[in-house]
Amino acid sequence: MELNAHIPDGPIEKKWDKHRFDLKLVNPANKRKYKVIVVGSGLAGGAAAASLAELGYEVECYCYQDSPRRAHSIAAQGGINAAKNYRNDGDSVRRLFYDTIKGGDFRAREANVHRLAEVSNNIIDQCVAQGVPFAREYGGLLDNRSFGGAQVSRTFYARGQTGQQLLLGAYQALERQIGLGAVQMFPRREMLEVIVVDGVAKGIVTRDMVSGKIESHVADAVCLATGGYGNVFYLSTNAKGCNSSAIWRAYKQGAAFANPCYTQIHPTCIPVTGDHQSKLTLMSESLRNDGRIWVPKRKEDCGKPADQIPEEDRDYYLERKYPSFGNLAPRDISSRAAKQVCDEGRGVGGTGRGVYLDFDASIKRLGQPKIEERYGNLFEMYERITDENPYKVPMRIYPASHYAMGGLWVDYNLMSTIPGLFVLGEANFSDHGANRLGASALMQGLADGYFVIPYTIGGYLAGIKPGTRIKVDDPAVTAAQQTVTDRVKRLFAINGKQTPTHFYRELGKVMWEYSGMGRNEAGLKKALELIPQIREEFWKNLCIPGTGEEVNQSLEMAGRVADFLELGELLVLDALNRRESCGAHFREEWQTEEGEALRDDENFCHVAAWEFKGDGNAPVRHTEQLSFESLHLATRNYK
Amino acid sequence: MSKHINLTLHVWRQKNAKCDGKFVEYKAEQVSPDMSFLEMLDVVNEGLISKGEDPITFDHDCREGICGTCSMVINGRPHGPKERTTTCQLHMRSFKDGDSITIEPWRAEAFPVIRDLMVDRSALDRIIAAGGFVSVPTGSPQDANALPVPKENAEMAMDAAACIGCGACVAACPNASAMLFLSAKISHLGLLPQGQPERYSRVRDMVAQMDAEAFGTCTNHGECEIACPKGIKLENIARMNRDFIKASLTYRPAIVGTGGG
Amino acid sequence: MSVAEKSIAGAEARGHGFMASSIGRKVIMAASGIILFGFVTVHMLGNTQAYMGATAFNEYAKFLHSMLHGDGIWIFRTVLIVAVGFHIWSATSLTLDNLAARPEGYRAQQSVASTWSSRTMRWTGVILAAFIIFHLLHLTTGTVHPNFDHANPYANFVNGFKVPAAAGFYIVAQLCLGLHMWHGVWSFTQTLGLSHPRYDSLRRNFATGLTVLVVGVNITFPIAVLTGFIH
Repeated sequence: MELNAHIPDGPIEKKWDKHRFDLKLVNPANKRKYKVIVVGSGLAGGAAAASLAELGYEVECYCYQDSPRRAHSIAAQGGINAAKNYRNDGDSVRRLFYDTIKGGDFRAREANVHRLAEVSNNIIDQCVAQGVPFAREYGGLLDNRSFGGAQVSRTFYARGQTGQQLLLGAYQALERQIGLGAVQMFPRREMLEVIVVDGVAKGIVTRDMVSGKIESHVADAVCLATGGYGNVFYLSTNAKGCNSSAIWRAYKQGAAFANPCYTQIHPTCIPVTGDHQSKLTLMSESLRNDGRIWVPKRKEDCGKPADQIPEEDRDYYLERKYPSFGNLAPRDISSRAAKQVCDEGRGVGGTGRGVYLDFDASIKRLGQPKIEERYGNLFEMYERITDENPYKVPMRIYPASHYAMGGLWVDYNLMSTIPGLFVLGEANFSDHGANRLGASALMQGLADGYFVIPYTIGGYLAGIKPGTRIKVDDPAVTAAQQTVTDRVKRLFAINGKQTPTHFYRELGKVMWEYSGMGRNEAGLKKALELIPQIREEFWKNLCIPGTGEEVNQSLEMAGRVADFLELGELLVLDALNRRESCGAHFREEWQTEEGEALRDDENFCHVAAWEFKGDGNAPVRHTEQLSFESLHLATRNYK
Repeated sequence: MSKHINLTLHVWRQKNAKCDGKFVEYKAEQVSPDMSFLEMLDVVNEGLISKGEDPITFDHDCREGICGTCSMVINGRPHGPKERTTTCQLHMRSFKDGDSITIEPWRAEAFPVIRDLMVDRSALDRIIAAGGFVSVPTGSPQDANALPVPKENAEMAMDAAACIGCGACVAACPNASAMLFLSAKISHLGLLPQGQPERYSRVRDMVAQMDAEAFGTCTNHGECEIACPKGIKLENIARMNRDFIKASLTYRPAIVGTGGG
Repeated sequence: MSVAEKSIAGAEARGHGFMASSIGRKVIMAASGIILFGFVTVHMLGNTQAYMGATAFNEYAKFLHSMLHGDGIWIFRTVLIVAVGFHIWSATSLTLDNLAARPEGYRAQQSVASTWSSRTMRWTGVILAAFIIFHLLHLTTGTVHPNFDHANPYANFVNGFKVPAAAGFYIVAQLCLGLHMWHGVWSFTQTLGLSHPRYDSLRRNFATGLTVLVVGVNITFPIAVLTGFIH
């Protein structure tokens, strides 16, 4: 397998400009002769489907939700970064580029990240024009706030619902195209296979989640914008329905899977309360702007109410360890620090897995109304879930699986190793390296959807003769459809005793225990033993009630769990092979004396992309060397 | 940790859109008050699957109150007894030991039942497709700060834009009217300068689509406002009525240019 | 057809008349409601002259009949009949739509924000329609009046209410009018878009105040007759 990133030459500032000029164009009259399938309707998928339809392509968009407006981008709270420099505080495209590369611990591709920083400003313009109600100041201009990992205020936000508002912007653009007949929308459809003919992506197979019908759809190009695989940990901040099936099917059809071990653990989530827990709720990272994180200095104080622990007995560990970034240290660092103090037995709350996020000082300094204005809805949400009033008692938070930086390998054009298969947003591995900074996911999703794919897909389609699309009754299509039908039958045929959730939970425990915030060789090897056992048990003892020809949420869940059981193993394998610590990937064997991640640039300054070699065979690890021409490799320092 | 509770559930079960449905009684035992309502149903479902029975189908996704997927009427109230709370954020501490809970799907001609508690809300998408947008194709609009927006308007627009499209307003309305949903979008866009060019055509188009979708009409009961998990206000309906009246009074048919060239 | 043209054509196809639209019919309901509510207010004020004795009351009746050489009353009647017609038409049509919009109800229906007044609009409306017919036959045409005298409206008024059943029906109808007006007056401000958070409490108070005034005064008439205060 050849991993050619197709990075244009020239100075980094000029690459995207030059590339856009070099890309072939599709004649406007010919655009409607090309059909593009977009899977997923979140920021990346929704934006791509709308933008491609506006250009004149025939677009079909698929999502598992009942409406494209419900994609999980909607849950992003904090904001979206852009290098507007409206604050006059020294921001620039280059600084956003630098912060993102540094935040990703020098494991992202320079050219991609620079392009992301360049288009960040267009995104804000586009969204405002769509009517996204960003927060404003009294003069009527846009407001900004600070976010983890940056020392400039470049985050645009709409209360604590930025993701929702940006998604609704994209959704409205998409609905407009649906209304015009330019996009055909297929909600409640789950993509279960990529149709690959002669090594080229030509369509997808879906299951209609209402009727159970397995259907094939052909196109000239396929875009996957199906989000990340954070749900492989069972408990995560992802929506219950978020799954990896689309990208996993693509991987098994030959698309390389890059850096699966780069999974981000978000530091500010509401702690687990018991075994019934079905998901974890994130509290926006923006809370760290005004909240101070602490635990008691002594174990014995952990059971006491917070207000009975005097100031001198509190350990504001982030401020202590990272005086210049303090509570705004990047996510991976904050998460590990929380784990560390809890491992020391200084965690708070019923389970001992929690740290305080305290607003007392800010309320005293700014007054409650100001805090209410900034975080009112988050405080309400916290109270609704925990029954505690965060204006009176400090919040309790703990890290949880949140975002997958890894994903399908793509080149500069966002095309995977399967020609014709493009991957957008969280589903690809592209821009965040080993760790994503806050407010950058929205930026990347929209950049891919609005401003990258409309150009690069043209370059691909221009090379295809219009009207040469395969027919839906092509034997290759029928064969792909048959594999899906067979897989569904196989799941029903197990006819065992345990529910899909049972296996899912088991997998989650193993993933979190051995491949969560801290990883080591022994643990990872243990996980490599345990996961196949769970998988084996799954294929022997799974029980799915009902049939495939009706709404069957157990079947949906079973299919997703089956894929997670394979993906989890690849994640662990990748973690085992990356013998260094970088960003969110923390191998306990590689750390500095102070417990910071220790990179090995000599041996691991590369992307690891895995190639599927058939069930039962070990996947092959390929590498794409990362070269830093514009920036110098440096050790991250947030002290 | 607080004590576990036991509950009796009366759940609407309906195999598909064509079959008749009925209420079935289930016991939910040893329910932790820290569970969300959906987690309680998860536990009931795990029990049903283990017994080889069909689990209760219900729509859900983000489970943090923002996606708008979860949709059930709990003891006669959409999303249950707690105001400004979606079903997924409703916790079992809102119920007492021994309570009997009736769980029904959203009821409206425009929301046909798909199965059990799952309904088809695509009518809401079609209303947005009819006009709930600003027609700006992806490209190079002017700088984001070129048009200042009074903070008050931006805040009011955001209040309206907070709608999650769950359809609780329709479910709560004695007439199954979608006016609160519509008015939220019309207010959101109508309060911002970017939404002005299409302000009046938008309200006409969206209302026409709403009327075509078999929703009822507003008789100003106010049930929608109380049921709305995001606190969308009735004031928005008044604003929409105002815009609709103005749009109807000033409407000029056939404004399409003859083109040329 | 370009995308823009398609969009406009689509809107055209969807566009339908004001009178057919749900909000349009509600506006008609509100506008006709305002006329009717204005009428009952004026009617109530006029009738207070019963307390000033037979002469004043009969003079007032005569004046109504002689306005604009006798055309005035017919202008009034026409406006009222048209308003009633529109009010009933829009109410019926909207009610049918609303019943069709929720063919299957809830087993555990709970009302939280709606009032008894808002929920009973269609019933109080029907009762009021029946009452208006009776009221016209009773005191305008005299068809169902025990001893009607075209020349003496005051006597008709007093004698009419001396029949306890008639007085009872009148009082019940007034209570219905109260329920109908209390929701109706607030509701028309909402339907016509006369809403602003600053004045919202005013809207409620306005509805309550006027309802109490109209219904309160109207109810005194039969009571005054039955107790012999007016005779």
